[in-house]
Amino acid sequence: MKIIEKDALSIAGLIKGREISALEVTRVFLERIDKVEKKVKAYINVAAELALSRAKEVDMELADGVEAGVFGGVPIAVKDVLTTRGFPTTCGSKMLEGFVPVYDATVVERIGRAGTVMLGKANMDEFAMGSSTENSYFGPTMNPWDLERVPGGSSGGSAAAVAAGEAPWALGSDTGGSIRQPAALCGIVGLKPTYGLVSRYGLVAFASSLDQVGPMTRTVRDCAALLGVIAGYDPMDSTSIPGELPDYVGALTGEVKGLKAGVVRELSSEGIDTGVRERFGETVSLLEKLGVACEEVSLPSFAHGLSAYYIIAPAEASSNLARFDGVRYGYRAPGESEDVWEMYDRTRAEGFGGEVKRRIMLGTYALSAGYYDAYYAQAQKIRTLIVRDFGRAWDEYDVLVSPTSPSTAFKLGEKVDDPLTMYLSDICTIPVNLAGIPALSLPCGLSDGLPVGFQVMGPPLEEPKVLNVAYALEQAIGFDARPEL
Amino acid sequence: MAISIEDVEHVARLARLKLTEEEKETYRRQLSDVLEHARKISEVDTSDVPPTSHTLPLRNVFREDSLRPSLSVKEATGSAAWAVEGAFKVPRII
Amino acid sequence: MEYETIIGLEIHAELSTESKMFCGCSASFGGGPNTKTCPVCLGHPGSLPVTNMKAIEYTMMLALALNCEITPRSVFHRKNYFYPDMPKNFQISQYDIPLSTDGHLDADMNDYVRKVGITRVHIEEDTGKSIHIGESGRIHGAEYSLEDFNRAGIPLAEIVTEPDIRSAEEARAFMQLLRATLEYLGISDCKMEEGSLRCDANISVAVDGKLGTKVEIKNMNSFRSLFRALSYEEERQRFALEQGGGLIQETRHWDDAEGKTHPLRSKEEAFDYRYFPEPDLVPIEPDPEWVDRLRENLPELPQARFHRFMEQFGLARDIASMLTGEKALADYFERAVETGQGPEELAKWIAGDLSAMLREAVVPIQHCPVAPRGLGELVALVNQKVISGKMAKEVLREAFETGKGPQRIVDEKGLSQIADAHELEVVVDEVIAENPGAADDMRTGKEQALKFMMGQVMKKTRGKANPEVASRLLKQKLIGRE
Ligand SMILES: [Zn+2]
Repeated sequence: MKIIEKDALSIAGLIKGREISALEVTRVFLERIDKVEKKVKAYINVAAELALSRAKEVDMELADGVEAGVFGGVPIAVKDVLTTRGFPTTCGSKMLEGFVPVYDATVVERIGRAGTVMLGKANMDEFAMGSSTENSYFGPTMNPWDLERVPGGSSGGSAAAVAAGEAPWALGSDTGGSIRQPAALCGIVGLKPTYGLVSRYGLVAFASSLDQVGPMTRTVRDCAALLGVIAGYDPMDSTSIPGELPDYVGALTGEVKGLKAGVVRELSSEGIDTGVRERFGETVSLLEKLGVACEEVSLPSFAHGLSAYYIIAPAEASSNLARFDGVRYGYRAPGESEDVWEMYDRTRAEGFGGEVKRRIMLGTYALSAGYYDAYYAQAQKIRTLIVRDFGRAWDEYDVLVSPTSPSTAFKLGEKVDDPLTMYLSDICTIPVNLAGIPALSLPCGLSDGLPVGFQVMGPPLEEPKVLNVAYALEQAIGFDARPEL
Repeated sequence: MAISIEDVEHVARLARLKLTEEEKETYRRQLSDVLEHARKISEVDTSDVPPTSHTLPLRNVFREDSLRPSLSVKEATGSAAWAVEGAFKVPRII
Repeated sequence: MEYETIIGLEIHAELSTESKMFCGCSASFGGGPNTKTCPVCLGHPGSLPVTNMKAIEYTMMLALALNCEITPRSVFHRKNYFYPDMPKNFQISQYDIPLSTDGHLDADMNDYVRKVGITRVHIEEDTGKSIHIGESGRIHGAEYSLEDFNRAGIPLAEIVTEPDIRSAEEARAFMQLLRATLEYLGISDCKMEEGSLRCDANISVAVDGKLGTKVEIKNMNSFRSLFRALSYEEERQRFALEQGGGLIQETRHWDDAEGKTHPLRSKEEAFDYRYFPEPDLVPIEPDPEWVDRLRENLPELPQARFHRFMEQFGLARDIASMLTGEKALADYFERAVETGQGPEELAKWIAGDLSAMLREAVVPIQHCPVAPRGLGELVALVNQKVISGKMAKEVLREAFETGKGPQRIVDEKGLSQIADAHELEVVVDEVIAENPGAADDMRTGKEQALKFMMGQVMKKTRGKANPEVASRLLKQKLIGRE
């Protein structure tokens, strides 16, 4: 098996065992990027030089007998929504073209301490708003399984990079499905952790009460390992949960007999493509064969999840994105402005893309005088109902399952002019964010040659259980298809 | 839920976005669509339901009142499009 | 028609914490532009706020001092509006669930007490500063502005009063009491001129009990300008009403140089703050034990001290009020009292000569060259009739200028001798009357006679007469020249 086809833990083992140097590994991946990037366009900025010098450092540490971090020399792709000190961070926006942060995101610092080598910053929908990565100012990313199709979004660059062998694993962020949906569409594993488990410091905010950073990997084991690196309390994030972390990799026993799984009716029947439904049904049967009791459960509030989400997320975004005004950093409209207000209006009109402006408008409207109660306040109450529905489900079930995305990868341009249809891509993933619980997407087969994702959801902080169920399924499914490039 | 061009203009003003006439019409239509869809949530009876702005059980997250190093002025203003002598320069305010 | 002025105040006090509200940058005043900034207080993408516990504690202390209820669970909100001095274009503040509510502060107006309701005390972050560059240096007519974010993120306590204030005098007295309260608590610098204490007012004039149009007044940067601005505005509104003219609800700017308020025109007139709960911060639920501990540890507050000064020391209302209006002044007084001298006399000296000297030299009482012990010494010298009251004034000035103790000054200058001409004149007259022969000798130019007469004066004053003064007086009286 070629290096680029290996999972991250295997690569870490090879480097630790001195079978291959970190520098060689990095070179292999940079060569792969060189070869396929023209077709896939997974990265906004490749950090070739930085990666090579970091890999050399790791090799030197290893030669000196120094522990170079648990994943010393393993390359990684980082979604361009995480700040990297001294290296451009664009969020896929013209607004931040060329912007170089003065600090590292906590998760970036943590993967650095673990010895990983950042290959570059992965493409994304502008400010993480989108489900196809077509909203990137730097152009869309192509799905490695079919270059005419989207990789999903907003972490489409991270998903495509992993699927295309341009990185063994990657970091993404998930506000309404932005890790899980592209993971599903690209045939990889993606986890959205419990809200508060992973620090948001340095994650450029889209919707602060929903955003979480998470791993995007080839295997469930890699996913558990990367979560172990990035999770844990951070004093720089007030919403970070304190406490000891469990051993995520150690939790992967594959033993799931006796567990109960609820199949969420509202997320797995209506509006789900036939091919997706078929693979999903097969996987549920497989789960039963593994000794997990599966039964359908209705969580009625989920019917309103999408609507609540498309009020709450834009509302928070409208405020989070107000700081992009041309004064302290980022794009500023060229030419004379009559006054500062005109400078703001022009800078923001020119610096933001269509979808971002649409959501800012939507969110501003939902918060404005006279509409707050009908929209924002009501959406927050729907959120309570969703949290309660999940809470009731946990009394009965260990995990809940559903398809990750109602469809497989769709064609580029297919939904780009119809926001509402595009928003429906997130229908299965959104309740999870509204409730702040963990959920993972696992490849469960192909439909017409395109990957299908299976979503496993668990109670807050029950990542070990979610990962273990996914691990057992992964072994049973034996998904080993790869895109040809 | 149809919203008017005036609504769009008011919102664009609050959000500090300069919109072309064409954009105003596009957003008017698209926002109306999304809000129409979102309006379904108003049919749900939530009279006894408290709002959730946070799913976390956390409270009283504080830090000690101690100093941390600030940025150098160069770092602080280095990303600005327009800065002079350590300050950010903006066009006239009124 | 009966007019009644109705005033409510909104006060912002910068809290004197070490670090800012949500980041570790210094909260101190001054410094070159943007030297106290970081990703958080510059609103850099991805940065997050973490609340300074001291700022919460200070705000709760203030709330307790203003007799407020501490809210069991309060939250932060974002106040959204664009302005160049706002790094994030929203301010982290509190909205419908503030840290505390429902208090009061009672201002003593000499012949009555004005109880002013406190609607709420909450915590928020300060904005940066805009410097307007152009011909005038003012916001109007400026060509561009420079933004400095050193102040951005400094913790700010906001105090909102009920519309209970009825005159500019009451507003000033209330503000002075509030300032003293902040000072006693040791939680703010309280410098109106430096902007660490700021006050906006809502003022209207009710006619025959019917509420009038509310006008908001901004830019009152001293107690004096607060008083002048409100007096002016009260007059302006009454005049308009008398003339049958209407008033509009608006915000007006006080121009201190001109002594007038002007309507504040703003191009940014679309005010809709779109408050919503700050998702980056979690609720504040103060432990009742924490609140109790703060309440128990509150220092004696200005009002309590004012009453104690009247009762314990028998001070007059106005003097007690003046001394307790500034914590350091009251502390000075109490330390002087410890010398055992009469409190009323000490208070008179402090409120009178000493305060005048401090004002003149622009020296705060904390750095007064005359120590409280020195003042006690001075009063003792007067009481023991070592020096006259008139001389004491000179001794105090000398002590103030040189830093020497009053006793030392008296010793060095020989002031303890009787140098007072009037006092000696009486003695000299007695000696002349009792020794007519020697007096005649002096008149005829006999040198010896002067020595004799001097000896008599010294005998009568037990050697305390100042010889120069005594000899001059004798010569004046007997030979008509010095
Ligand atoms: Zn700071």
